[in-house]
Amino acid sequence: MIKKLIKRIAGLIFILVILSFLVFLLMYLAPGDPAEKRLTSQGVAVTKQVLDAERERLGLLKPFLVRYAEWLFGVVRGDFGVSFKDDMPVAPKLLQGLKNTSILALSSLIISIVISFTLGIVSAEKKNGIADHIIRVFSFVSNSLPNFLIAVLLMYFLCIRLSLFPVIAKGDFQGLFMPVISLAIPMTGRFVRQMRAEFMAQLSEDYVTGMRGRGVKRRFILFNVIRNSLGHIFTIVALQIGTLMGGSVVIESIFRWPGIGKLVMDSITARDYPVIMGFVVIMGTIYVLINQLSDVLCHKLDPRTRL
Amino acid sequence: MKKRIAKIKIIFVSILALLLIFVTCFAGLFAHNDPYATNALAIRTAPCLQYPFGTDNLGRCVFARVLYGGRTTIAATFLLVFISFVIGTVVGMIAGYFGGLADRLLMRFADITLAFPQMVVAIAVAGILGTGMTGAMISLGITMWVSFARLSRSHTLSLKNEGYIQTAFFAGKSDLYIIMIHIFPNLLAPVFTNALTQIGTTMIGLSGLSFLGLGVIPPKAEWGSMISEARAYIQIAPWAVFYPALATIVTIIVFNYLGDAVMDYREA
Repeated sequence: MIKKLIKRIAGLIFILVILSFLVFLLMYLAPGDPAEKRLTSQGVAVTKQVLDAERERLGLLKPFLVRYAEWLFGVVRGDFGVSFKDDMPVAPKLLQGLKNTSILALSSLIISIVISFTLGIVSAEKKNGIADHIIRVFSFVSNSLPNFLIAVLLMYFLCIRLSLFPVIAKGDFQGLFMPVISLAIPMTGRFVRQMRAEFMAQLSEDYVTGMRGRGVKRRFILFNVIRNSLGHIFTIVALQIGTLMGGSVVIESIFRWPGIGKLVMDSITARDYPVIMGFVVIMGTIYVLINQLSDVLCHKLDPRTRL
Repeated sequence: MKKRIAKIKIIFVSILALLLIFVTCFAGLFAHNDPYATNALAIRTAPCLQYPFGTDNLGRCVFARVLYGGRTTIAATFLLVFISFVIGTVVGMIAGYFGGLADRLLMRFADITLAFPQMVVAIAVAGILGTGMTGAMISLGITMWVSFARLSRSHTLSLKNEGYIQTAFFAGKSDLYIIMIHIFPNLLAPVFTNALTQIGTTMIGLSGLSFLGLGVIPPKAEWGSMISEARAYIQIAPWAVFYPALATIVTIIVFNYLGDAVMDYREA
């Protein structure tokens, strides 16, 4: 067990190092010179000498591997460098954004898990009934909707037509409602489909037939079914975290939610490389960690699965 | 019986899908206005006879732009899925057939690619490569080929031990011949089904990138970027958002349903 855990952690570190290397390589190969971009945005007349001095100051002239190593050691210590845009350290910006994104992402995750869990059970138990058909159509359609479309349509109907909500989100509960719903709808669609399949697989197991034969009450059967599918449900949820991260970039830009996604979109326009690199590294790390954790949890909940 | 219902479903949805492709391919036959011609006299006109879907902020015909934009979206999606399909299948077959070090390296590489969140990588890559549909396609393609590679590898592994492959081998057929004539046709069905189910997701991803401004370069018509542009004046001209939105939803639903129907047929 401990040996396996160590092996996992080593694999994790390996993957993260590769991620950071690829990210750095990408920035290195990227078109556009950050030094020049920076100078022109500050209104300095760009001459050869000024440009070279600026490159020297930003450390752009050092060899690739040296720059990578310096950056990586900084990142490990929690220092993501300074922003090209305003010379402020990147880490606090990312952290602040991450906090806001977590509020948004976690609320929509919890809402869609609660809804899809209930719908999944109803749908699987009353297979081919009216409720099942309605739920399946709902989940199919919402799975086919891009979240930016949901956001734009919600904005039109709720903010402009019915003026129930402000168009630009403030940091309060009212401002949180629409981004959360736009993120939750497509996710719920996917969860319902997968959870329904999982519950149905459990319901067709021999132990369920046995319990039914012995006349065990419905809720006790359901209790057992839910207990046995919990491990897989963790995996289903963990795999959706990546989609959730991508979706929150879109949603945050639409609703101007001050999260890490909006930060990265602003940085892409400004070619502010340290912020983009920090974003990918942080999101990648969270994603990898969550997936590893869900594997371990899955094993704990269902010891038959291999770790 | 179940199989027949599934078959009828597939035929019905395929006709719809082909219709969509046909309409966007021959957009010139249906749309009489130039999608790029601006008209200062007809800015944000409501839908009427001359402009069936109304006009946008620059007086461009939304109907024509939806049709031509569909060409961009659908063509880019199909091209991306096709390229990922080819690369993934070739890599998967080689890895599965020859095994050994190449197999281990390729699969390790595939595992690492899968360890990253796809859309996060796509946004960063597309953002850095600069705008343009090619950048958006590359950024999504980086992670997309992996599912094809894994699928075709696992099928190649199970096919490799079949009697007829052994026979072909002992009859002195070359590796290339065995892969192309015996293995490829046999794994085509499952891998093709996977390609179909990927179309909807890819379309969502590509139009999402365009919406963020990481896809097509502005004057070019594309549904995601049209919605993003028209969103600013949705109060005055909601039709400039609704019709591209409707087109996106219908297209994604049709292709997702096609993927589901084919999956049902193969399982039934």
